[in-house]
Amino acid sequence: MESLSNKKKVLEQKPLTLGERLYLPAITKGLSITISHLFKKSATVRYPEVEREFSTNYRGLHSLKRDEEGRERCTACGLCALSCPAEAITMIAAERKPEEKHLYREEKYAATYEINMLRCIFCGLCEEACPKEAIYLDGPIVPSDYLRKDFIYGKDKLVEKPLEK
Amino acid sequence: MDAAFVIEKFILVAVIFGVSLLIAMYSTYAERKVAAFLQDRLGPDRAGPFGILQPLADGVKMFMKEEIVPATSNKWLFMVGPGLAMLTACIASAVIPWGSPIAIGDRVIPLQVTDINVGVLYIFGVVSLGVYGVMIGGWASNNKYSLLSAIRAASQNISYEIAMGLSIIALLLMTNTLSLKEIVEQQHGWHWNVLYQPVGFLIFMICAFAETNRAPFDLPECETELIGGYHTEYSSMKLGFYLFAEYINMFISSAVMATLYWGGYNYPGMDYVAAHLGATWAPLIGTGVFFLKIFAFIFFFMWVRWTIPRFRYDQLMNLGWKALIPLAIANIIVTGVVIAIIEKF
Repeated sequence: MESLSNKKKVLEQKPLTLGERLYLPAITKGLSITISHLFKKSATVRYPEVEREFSTNYRGLHSLKRDEEGRERCTACGLCALSCPAEAITMIAAERKPEEKHLYREEKYAATYEINMLRCIFCGLCEEACPKEAIYLDGPIVPSDYLRKDFIYGKDKLVEKPLEK
Repeated sequence: MDAAFVIEKFILVAVIFGVSLLIAMYSTYAERKVAAFLQDRLGPDRAGPFGILQPLADGVKMFMKEEIVPATSNKWLFMVGPGLAMLTACIASAVIPWGSPIAIGDRVIPLQVTDINVGVLYIFGVVSLGVYGVMIGGWASNNKYSLLSAIRAASQNISYEIAMGLSIIALLLMTNTLSLKEIVEQQHGWHWNVLYQPVGFLIFMICAFAETNRAPFDLPECETELIGGYHTEYSSMKLGFYLFAEYINMFISSAVMATLYWGGYNYPGMDYVAAHLGATWAPLIGTGVFFLKIFAFIFFFMWVRWTIPRFRYDQLMNLGWKALIPLAIANIIVTGVVIAIIEKF
């Protein structure tokens, strides 16, 4: 059949020439290529001792941010959970009491906030959806573990450390 | 024969055996390192500095692994197989001259276990026996793939032994002796046989690759077709013996190539060194040079393994029967004619 793309090329299988049948020229060529790699820099990163540098827009473990006064920014609006394509985020909202003003910035806050790291695909949509600039994927790689339940990260692991006075 | 003779031979045998095992052990490490460096990687570097304890870790792993003997296998032959592979690999080193005779005090000790006048034939005999370890192991496993692999190994070794023998005949026409000791002594200084027999050396080396079942002729061990080959059913140290035997074979065939073609322990300027260092230290330097040549060959074995893909079975047979054997016969004829002309005039 006529080729529509006009790119069809008929290849002929020619019998090998004497040089090709001897194998040796091709073998010496191959050997010279492999030996040249002996003097090239190795691409390996010795992982536990040396860590590869991440690019600036790398998306790692989530962290829940605090504001300048050390209060949690999250207001438990649920936009991150809604935007999450993997349904990894759940939270329970609670109302701030007057004496908790120094802990939470908004009047409503997340009493529990859980991200299932096995579901998370690190797309960064929660970060984009957040109106309060409360969640960022700026952490390291999520470490490995043995049990599924240990991959559900609560506020204890997600919230930033309190500001040092 | 006095007691000192027995003791010195015993020590020599023990040292050679130990060195063979040590080199085989570190060949596994070197293989992984060379592979890594040729592929822009680092290779094993966790056990000890630069990973030099890796062979020990591997050895411990091999010993600690569960030993499985298949229920339908021939138990006796199943055990004999790896032992035979190891035995034939080790005994070939008996006739290799490791250095010129060394003088300790008044005694002159030859650095060769035994100088039999059919040394080359002995090597050939032992190398042909080597295939029995593979065949018995493959047969005793009672596994189709192992048997196929054993058959491949046997036919490959038989095919390439012919070309190997023929390439040696051209060399023997020049040397007029079968004793390895005399062949080495004839290559004094830089009169290495490879300069007079380059084609013979090339054929011999290709056949040595095939005889040791190394890439690109590792058809008996191709994982993709045979799930590992003749040692599919083996585990624990029996498997270790097979892998070990391969590396000892590689070491011995490197030593044979260095002895027959690359001057053994001879090197340019050896007379100057012998005159200045005396009869005790100069032979040791010769031995060091010999081992350098061996290591170069072992590196070459590995270098080729990580460069060339495996031959197809028909290509293997074509190369052996239709290319190497005619080439070796032509080499014999040319060598014979040249020797006849030189003797005439």
